[in-house]
Amino acid sequence: MAVTGLFFVFYVLLHMYGNLKVLAGPEAFDGYAHHLRTFGEPMLPYEGLLWIIRVLLVLSLIGHAYSAFTLWSRAGSARRTKYAALKTASSSKTMRWGGVFLLLFLTWHLIHFTIVKPAVNSGVASDTIHSSPYAMVVASFQLWWMVIFYVLALAALGLHLSHGVFSAQQTLGWTQTAAGYRRAKAIGHLVAGLVTIGFAIPPLSILFGLVK
Amino acid sequence: MSGGMNLTLRIWRQDGPSDRGHLKTYEVSDISPDMSFLEMLDVLNEQLNAKGEEPIAFDSDCREGICGMCGLMISGDAHGPEKTTTCQLHMRSFKNGETITIEPWRADAFPVIKDLVVNRSAFDRIIQAGGFISVNTGSAPEANAAPVPKPKADRAFQAAECIGCGACVAACPNAAGMLFMGAKITHLGELPQGQPERWMRVVKMVAQHDAEGFGGCTNTGACTVACPKGIPQDVISTLNKDLRYAMTHHGG
Ligand code: HEM
Ligand code: SF4
Ligand code: FES
Repeated sequence: MAVTGLFFVFYVLLHMYGNLKVLAGPEAFDGYAHHLRTFGEPMLPYEGLLWIIRVLLVLSLIGHAYSAFTLWSRAGSARRTKYAALKTASSSKTMRWGGVFLLLFLTWHLIHFTIVKPAVNSGVASDTIHSSPYAMVVASFQLWWMVIFYVLALAALGLHLSHGVFSAQQTLGWTQTAAGYRRAKAIGHLVAGLVTIGFAIPPLSILFGLVK
Repeated sequence: MSGGMNLTLRIWRQDGPSDRGHLKTYEVSDISPDMSFLEMLDVLNEQLNAKGEEPIAFDSDCREGICGMCGLMISGDAHGPEKTTTCQLHMRSFKNGETITIEPWRADAFPVIKDLVVNRSAFDRIIQAGGFISVNTGSAPEANAAPVPKPKADRAFQAAECIGCGACVAACPNAAGMLFMGAKITHLGELPQGQPERWMRVVKMVAQHDAEGFGGCTNTGACTVACPKGIPQDVISTLNKDLRYAMTHHGG
């Protein structure tokens, strides 16, 4: 759970950095997308690095979701009679249902920008979308409802990370003093804030016409 | 008596382990705010006795916050709204006219024996699996023979405050016993006397914990909030690290 989760965190930070290149214009963004594919050539084949990361991500996702659902079902059978008066505003509910929501989001996200790339914005032709990642992203986030959906997903990711990043450090045994514990909590909130805001900037900039 | 409190109590009644059980409502009046929570239940039981009804079974022993017997889930808070044990909780922590729901600890590893009494032997079996040090008994060894650095001594003492009440399990959304176990691992692991069996201890205790049917820890922290002794969540981090070290360096 911790190791796969931290790999996601590493990936998400990298991904966020890439997304922010939208602000630097079409050449920078499309150039970055191209570089990702040619990175490491000729030692690696075309898209080599990308596929290494993809395989690791899929393996992590399987491991992470498997552990999550195992914990979930263990919790269910460890308390089969529930309390009548319940007062646990627990982060476990947020983690579990939030995680499921993230999984649904991820499915759409991959269809949206990687696998199918549908022309969601009727004003922009399918050919343009397939030839330029920049055009694809800008066309999508000119739609207010798409931005709302993505921002909701980011809020869910932020909540997941604020507990998850702390929790991973706790699992790895890095929080054995009161100071270490406070530090782990702070890092969790910091990473969550950074990721939520960093990812939200490109879609919002596009929606409000700062990036065209 | 003036200034007494009137309360509505919804109390879990269950005839025995296999009875389904249900919440039953009782009224008590003229309760002194200075009574402890258990004394309030004693008053109710005397009323029930007088009426020829079966009194409510609940556990207690020391009634001074050190034995860990008295845990009750009080309106969703383990040991009630204060950071103390149920026996050290006073009625002044409640409002006159309040409805209080009283339930036993809920965890499949802590089966209900009767009404509010649960069987916490699962904790004993975790201790038997490794939560001890093997020393010869007899005359006490010379105290200064095994020096302990002050920070380690302090941390061991803090962890040793755990009274095994089970509130951590009761409050945990996963019904995990990790705070209890982490307290034992930290208590013994910080001291020189705990070193010889340190790696075996963590592996055996965790295996027993899982076999007892406790849930898995997801670091929610509900345990620390509920713990009457304020055992910090960082003891779980120590347990995790010891477990990882034991598995990678000592082949489990
Ligand atoms: C498939 C979608 C996902 C599901 C179903 C899911 C579910 C979970 C669950 C149930 C936990 C358990 C922790 C708890 O209850 O405290 C967890 C922890 C965690 N998640 Fe996710 N998650 C998903 C995606 C992600 C993503 C996309 C990231 C990173 C961007 C992530 C990062 C983490 C981290 C770092 C932890 C902490 C690990 C630990 O406790 O040691 N998760 N996740
Ligand atoms: S850790 Fe705290 S709540 Fe858990 S058994 Fe020990 S004293 Fe009770
Ligand atoms: S009766 Fe001993 S701790 Fe409450």
